[in-house]
Amino acid sequence: MTPKLLQRRRERIDELADAGDAGVSLAKDALRRMRANPVAITGAIIVALFVVLAILAPFLAPKDPRTQYAELKNQLTPESIPGPMPGFLLGSDQYGYDLFSRLLVGAQQTLIVGVLATLIGVAVGCTLGGLAGAFGGWVDTALMRFTDILLSFPSILLAISVAALFAETNQWTVIIAVSMVAIPVFARLLRGAMLAQRHSDHVLAATALGVRRRTVVFRHILPNALTPVIVQATLTLATSIIDAAALSFLGLGDPDPSRAEWGLMLAESQQFIEVKPELAFLPAAAIIIVALGFTLLGESLREALDPKKRR
Amino acid sequence: MLRFIVRRLLQAIPTLIVLSILIFAWLRALPGGPATAMLGDRWTPEREAQLNAALGLDQPIWVQYWKFLGRAITGDFGNSTVTGLPVIEEIGRGFTATVELSFFAMVVAIGLGIPLGYLAARYRGRLLDNLTVVSTLIGVAVPVFFLGFLAKWVFSSQLGILPPSGRQDVEINSTSVTGFVTLDGLLTREFDATIDGLVHLLMPALVLATIPMAVIVRITRASVLDVLDEDFVRTAESKGLGTATIRRRHVLRNALLPVSTTIGLQTGLLLAGAVLTEKVFVWGGLGSLLAEAIELKDYPRLQALILLAAVVYVVVNLLVDISYAIIDPRVRVGR
Repeated sequence: MTPKLLQRRRERIDELADAGDAGVSLAKDALRRMRANPVAITGAIIVALFVVLAILAPFLAPKDPRTQYAELKNQLTPESIPGPMPGFLLGSDQYGYDLFSRLLVGAQQTLIVGVLATLIGVAVGCTLGGLAGAFGGWVDTALMRFTDILLSFPSILLAISVAALFAETNQWTVIIAVSMVAIPVFARLLRGAMLAQRHSDHVLAATALGVRRRTVVFRHILPNALTPVIVQATLTLATSIIDAAALSFLGLGDPDPSRAEWGLMLAESQQFIEVKPELAFLPAAAIIIVALGFTLLGESLREALDPKKRR
Repeated sequence: MLRFIVRRLLQAIPTLIVLSILIFAWLRALPGGPATAMLGDRWTPEREAQLNAALGLDQPIWVQYWKFLGRAITGDFGNSTVTGLPVIEEIGRGFTATVELSFFAMVVAIGLGIPLGYLAARYRGRLLDNLTVVSTLIGVAVPVFFLGFLAKWVFSSQLGILPPSGRQDVEINSTSVTGFVTLDGLLTREFDATIDGLVHLLMPALVLATIPMAVIVRITRASVLDVLDEDFVRTAESKGLGTATIRRRHVLRNALLPVSTTIGLQTGLLLAGAVLTEKVFVWGGLGSLLAEAIELKDYPRLQALILLAAVVYVVVNLLVDISYAIIDPRVRVGR
């Protein structure tokens, strides 16, 4: 594969993989440092609020987000979209839905897309990486060659290529396309972390005691190799939400207007920015804040787990 | 040195072959085959058979791949199903637009990114550093296309000081020499055309530059901080060298090594990033062509552009490796 740069990208992932090396005390130590870090706290608060909001959204929304209200729809003209009025806190969107309720429920849809895309990335990536790390040899070589090819695609282009394959796009094609970007990263990451664990003393001890290979892998290697995966998953949640919005903008998103998802709301409201700027600004602000929250949390986790900074 | 370059070139060949197979297979992985997808609502069995024959899809798969590869090397990607023009001709026209935009975006990203990253590291933990770090994090969290629309809304609709889209004002009648609007103006001494081109470039270039700039700032900052901890910097200090000399000759020079890698990587990514920016500003380059091909399901054009972007990415990586070996002799020997 393309040598030096790919190697850099690999090294970055492998470096992170080493972070989990120091075991339980590191986790405790990391948590202590996270608590003292204002960046980490800000990130954690944003993420917690977002998750709570996403779960409670259907109960909090004053109106049904999937109903086009006649009193809103009647007032829609090419030049004006109704603003706040009694019962509709932020007024209408371009279709006659209640904007406020859609923003609330949008948190849920956005969380679903982000979490599912990340979960698929983690599940498939970790299966590949886990197999490579557990078996080594030709399994390792073959699987890593495969991930290297995926890594040598610019990430957005990979998502576009996958999304363009589907004759009709919907929520699931978006999730699959976005998760494809994450798969090679997680595969490399877990493999690296497992290789680092393999040569550690406790694994050697377990093997010497005659513990079966399967038990060694599942009980001794995997649990200790999962830390960097958690860090990367936090960061992937942020990029997944942004990538999904980009796909919507290119016309590769979920075309169903009754589904309130921030990326879709943002992409579809661009042409109404002159008429009612909030239609674009509010979902954009929501995406930026949430993406920032996950990034802050992920980056401070990474920093807290970095053994180099522990000294 | 020559041996290193030859070895790297040879290593890139399998990558390119695998890429070509993937992209060849990609079109054939479309549900119902590319003909069905392209015809859409106009699908009839006869039309599908006709289109399959026209695209050579009725031949055995390895024959198809061989022909695809042969044509791809000579630049023949078939005709666009939207315009009917050869795809390569469309790409040729869009190429200069995208190169010009990417060039200015990279100038901005490097020109602002390296000094900012360096200053942030030098004043670590101070206000400037914190502001820089926070803005790079925000820069990556903002969807690029929204940033474009926001800029357009503020500077074109509200303030009316910058043109909302396109590369050139309709009233400018400059002679085209190279296809690069700004360069043509200089060559033909039509300076108003150059200025007009730059005015049109300002917003799109800044928007396209945000992500590479954020990444360059972060890498520069981290790299300078690493180098400041090195023994040779302490040695330089203890032998009484002036701070300015140490910064220039020892810190900056060594810190820029990883930065150069990042710059290369980000340049390779620009073509992919240009899709969103060019769509917002109706730029008419490769990104616009790609966005249009997605909307209209123009698969020959889409295939050619994805292949092009991937090849550019691989080639840029290769160039970075070679330049890296020139800057840093340790790379040549290999670890």
